[in-house]
Amino acid sequence: MSENQTAPLVLTQNLDDADGFYAALVNAHTGLTKSQSDALNARLLLILANQIGDTVLLRAAINKARTEPNSQNSI
Amino acid sequence: MTKTFDAPLYAYSRSPDQDEGLPVRHPVVVIGAGPVGLATAVDLAQQGVKVVLLSDGDHIAKGSRAFCFGQRPLEILDRIGCGHEMMDRGLHWSKGKVFLGQREIYDFAHAEDPGHKWPAFLNLQQYALEEILITRIRDLQKQDAPIEIRGGNKVEAIGQHDDHVTLEVETPEGSYTIEADWLVACDGANSPTRRMLGIPFDGTMFEDNFLIADIEMTTDRPAERWFWFDPPFNQGQSALLQKQPDNLWRIDLQLGPDIDKEQEARPENVTSRLRSMLGDEASFTLKWASVYSFQCCRMENFIHGRTIFAGDSAHQVSPFGARGANAGLQDADNLAWKLKLVLEGGAPAALIQSYHIERACSADENMQNSVNATEFITPKSETSRILRDAVLTLAKDYDFARSMVNSGRLTTPSNYDTSPLNSADALAGPDMSRPGSRCPDAPLGDHYLLDVLGNGFTLLTIDADAPDSVTENDVIVKRLALSARDDISRTLTRQFLGDCPSAVYLIRPDQHIAARRESYDDLQFRAALRRATGKE
Ligand SMILES: Cc1cc2nc3c(=O)[nH]c(=O)nc-3n(C[C@H](O)[C@H](O)[C@H](O)COP(=O)(O)OP(=O)(O)OC[C@H]3O[C@@H](n4cnc5c(N)ncnc54)[C@H](O)[C@@H]3O)c2cc1C
Repeated sequence: MSENQTAPLVLTQNLDDADGFYAALVNAHTGLTKSQSDALNARLLLILANQIGDTVLLRAAINKARTEPNSQNSI
Repeated sequence: MTKTFDAPLYAYSRSPDQDEGLPVRHPVVVIGAGPVGLATAVDLAQQGVKVVLLSDGDHIAKGSRAFCFGQRPLEILDRIGCGHEMMDRGLHWSKGKVFLGQREIYDFAHAEDPGHKWPAFLNLQQYALEEILITRIRDLQKQDAPIEIRGGNKVEAIGQHDDHVTLEVETPEGSYTIEADWLVACDGANSPTRRMLGIPFDGTMFEDNFLIADIEMTTDRPAERWFWFDPPFNQGQSALLQKQPDNLWRIDLQLGPDIDKEQEARPENVTSRLRSMLGDEASFTLKWASVYSFQCCRMENFIHGRTIFAGDSAHQVSPFGARGANAGLQDADNLAWKLKLVLEGGAPAALIQSYHIERACSADENMQNSVNATEFITPKSETSRILRDAVLTLAKDYDFARSMVNSGRLTTPSNYDTSPLNSADALAGPDMSRPGSRCPDAPLGDHYLLDVLGNGFTLLTIDADAPDSVTENDVIVKRLALSARDDISRTLTRQFLGDCPSAVYLIRPDQHIAARRESYDDLQFRAALRRATGKE
């Protein structure tokens, strides 16, 4: 599939409950060691990636995440 | 088995070439009696091309080495007359298990395609394959096929000229010189030919070492491929256990890049490693062990003047994925018909260049696979390890994560998508038979499609009219006329027609598809044939 056939990355608000999601994410790490937390983040990332399923979109998200906020430079 | 290791299967004997005043010229000289050199020589001879194979040895490989053969290489071996023996002696397997530490995380089974004569994989020791190929050479010789295998013939020097190569060959009775119109260097990973011609083999992507062992063990363990990530008996690395024929089991323990090879290879160290893997109760005999080091890289160009590199001399990858010898057999398959056509005047020398283009692409694919598998198996950064472990943890319960587990993606057939020999796709047919792809097999009554393709070009028609044969600039194409009406299993329809009512395919001698369209068009077909033979 080519880039323009894919739905673009959504960078405006799309979560139905932003506060609720953020709290759930932080709470999920309560009581975990750093390595348990890292493992949880990694599992979560993989589950979400599979849910999205579209490699072009996922690559766009990876590239976006590699770009430092407030600058156009890649890390 | 020890018997055959030491028996000289192609002992040195004096060749008349050694008593000639002037160097004798041969159309093709092949260096090396490994699987690739042997297969190349057999393929050429069976197509009537005179070939001399030189090897510094006189017997088959010690130890199993490459032992897992994929469907496409099996089809190639079948085409060159070794199918029966492979089928008889090879061990068929389709299941496997994956472990993390001591814990099994999941099992898998390869889907077998019932429309194909050959299974997805067959295990057979490399030395057995070499023996089969040598037997095939002897059979060809009995039929007066133009093939010679000269053991105890070590190539010491090579001279490149515009239209030939000169070889200085050392034998137990002194040296002699021969010439070749074309030289095929199948002289292995340390290729002396590469060194003698001063061609670099750099661009190494990485290096690794494996302790490889064949053990004899009578056990009711199933013939499955067992792979361990980070097992307690080989911490931080990987391990593989697989069954071979003759109650032999094959063990690969990854050792990592910086090791003391001598230390690792000591029999007492090998045995103690195997003990900790198999348990104190296991009773086994160590038959062969070797510390196998490899680099992951390829030559920039597989062709240097009249010298062509094939197999390990041209490219090397890790054993993850069983891609080494499988790739080499596809090199042989790709090259033989091109050399034949060029030698017989049916194609310009430019056709040979397509060998490099097509096979280098496959080598790159194999190297990328090797790199990916190695990163997954031995992650290079902390984050890479965290992600890898997360995949393995999820894989225990969830199918989606299993698709990310990479213990070496097993060899798949090369598809020459970007080949200059392909004509643009003119059929809205199935993707798997697009131009460049290997021709899928299909049952035809009591035999298979690939059985009847032969060694030449084929015009395959399915419910389409066409001439019975087409000749264009000395290249003859024979028609194979099939009909979807006889296609009881629907395999032909599924693989070659899709939703199209009819189809016409141009299939190369190496059973790759060069062109396709819905009906026969003489002008287009001849153009496709010229393109497939390097004339356009
Ligand atoms: C210890 C070991 C373990 C391996 N394990 C695996 C594995 O698990 N899986 C896998 O896929 N692959 C494995 N391989 C790699 C596999 O064996 C090769 O991919 C395969 O043999 C390549 O075949 P080849 O014909 O290109 O070269 P080779 O089999 O290396 O043959 C080279 C030939 O050239 C001859 N030769 C060399 N120099 C000269 C000269 N100057 N004159 C005349 N003849 C010469 C040699 O005698 C030999 O016959 C292993 C290799 C080794 C050494």
